[in-house]
Amino acid sequence: MSRQTGPAVTGRSSSPGASATGAPGGAAADWMVVENLSKTYVPLRSQPVTALEDITFAVRQGEFVAIVGPSGCGKTTLLKILAGLVRPTSGRVRLAGSDVVGPRRNIGMVFQQPTLLPWRTIAQNVMVPVEVQKLDKRRYRERASELLALVGLSGFEDKYPHELSGGMQQRAGICRALVHDPDVLLMDEPFGALDAMTREYMNLELLRIWSEAGKTVVFITHSISEAVFLADRVLVMSPRPGRIVEIVDIDLPRPRELGMMDTERGGALVARIRRHFNARGATE
Amino acid sequence: MSTPVERLPAGGAPAPVTRDRGRFSLRGKPELALIPLVFVVVVAAWEYGIRLFEVPAYILPPPSDIMSSLVEQYQSPRYWTHIRVTGQEVLAGFALGCALAFLIGVAVAQVRLLEKTLYPYVVAFQTVPKIALAPLFVIWFGFGLTSKVVMTALVCFFPMIVNVIEGLRAADQNQVDMLRSLGASRVQIFRKVQVPGALPFIFAGLDIGIVFAVIGAVVGEFVGAQAGLGYLLLQSIYDFDTAGLFGALVTLSLMGLIGHFIVRFLQRRFAFWSDTARLVAA
Repeated sequence: MSRQTGPAVTGRSSSPGASATGAPGGAAADWMVVENLSKTYVPLRSQPVTALEDITFAVRQGEFVAIVGPSGCGKTTLLKILAGLVRPTSGRVRLAGSDVVGPRRNIGMVFQQPTLLPWRTIAQNVMVPVEVQKLDKRRYRERASELLALVGLSGFEDKYPHELSGGMQQRAGICRALVHDPDVLLMDEPFGALDAMTREYMNLELLRIWSEAGKTVVFITHSISEAVFLADRVLVMSPRPGRIVEIVDIDLPRPRELGMMDTERGGALVARIRRHFNARGATE
Repeated sequence: MSTPVERLPAGGAPAPVTRDRGRFSLRGKPELALIPLVFVVVVAAWEYGIRLFEVPAYILPPPSDIMSSLVEQYQSPRYWTHIRVTGQEVLAGFALGCALAFLIGVAVAQVRLLEKTLYPYVVAFQTVPKIALAPLFVIWFGFGLTSKVVMTALVCFFPMIVNVIEGLRAADQNQVDMLRSLGASRVQIFRKVQVPGALPFIFAGLDIGIVFAVIGAVVGEFVGAQAGLGYLLLQSIYDFDTAGLFGALVTLSLMGLIGHFIVRFLQRRFAFWSDTARLVAA
């Protein structure tokens, strides 16, 4: 994996101060640790629903982890727990040495929908984290426009979200997730609503941004091939209650190219993951 | 001030129809010609129908009488005093009712327990014919400005508070989660997502409110007043001055129209991303 140190926007060292996690030796295997995580919802007038059961895994700093599973396997719940938005019923999440008990400033989230604020321009939307976290607007405004340039949205700063296509909106959403220079990027099926062509293009874009920005990424998807194409490791989850049934190392070389999915190795990895779902009668 | 008001009756009355259709009927559509045409045809039929059937003017005056009565009214300084009185009642009551509705609506939408406790009352009170309370307000607040302002505020209050609460509730949960994931405080979520998200609803409330406000003020004046257009309406009945009555009616309608257009203008300016307001108000 080659990660060149890019311009100010991408280089961890030269970006404005937000991410002081002080975790030297970033590749430590226990940088993000999820231990025995369970989540049970107790609806008012029906049986309790176990969304997640005994989830345990660790993520290295800078790693790209994808989580695949059928609809309703609790993927989104897991991501919300990682983000501190939802409290687990039991178990815990540790990030850079401390427990996650609530939302954290060093996390960037990308949602299924772009979730842009329609009353704000693209540039103003990207600046939302800066405003919320009361960072220095002047310095980050520059960073915001660099990020927008990175995803090919230069010149769209003063447009409103409804004037952009879905793919462009989602790219602006990615810029927003990166602007405050978080350590972790949590992505919840970010390209699920896009057509196949745009989706492939966005996957390539994402890998490029990731390799330049050096963030740890947890990426949720229900597309097996997308997970294989993007990730260093793929966590395979079972249908409800969500459990991790296998963790697959993706040993495809980087930088990844679309053609790799057609190779024997790529096909074998996809088949290996798909096996789990076929066995359970749930398909991709 | 008198010039634009005098000019408006002919061109102003059909205007809301085009405006309400908004984006659907832009330039080059036949209805833009047909709407004024309908107005002209109706007025002409009215004018000549009355001559043809010799309808007495105290029953239904011809449009020409109403027009000359209006011109006469607008030339009289005393008439402007009445317009000012009603205008004050409308504006003060509208401002008071909407401001209170906003504050209480915010409190109700923010505190779950308050919402659960008070919302049923809000819904229940909506069904009370508030206009029927006008006599009570005269007993409580006298024949002056106060009783009309309270009446007006009351009729504005309900459409506004329902829209404020619904608007704040309608906040997109994903947008809220997005802010929360960044560590935003409740105040930040309120200011950056909930209030802007509620703006289309708030404008819908204001739009209904400003029209209701005119009704509230007039009803307040009907019950007991010494000035105002509603008072003038009653007076013209006693004088068998039906043309004068219609004149006051036109002026009152213009008040509502002007308020409506101001609200719409502000809505397009500040809630430009949404058509919700239009739908709810319609």
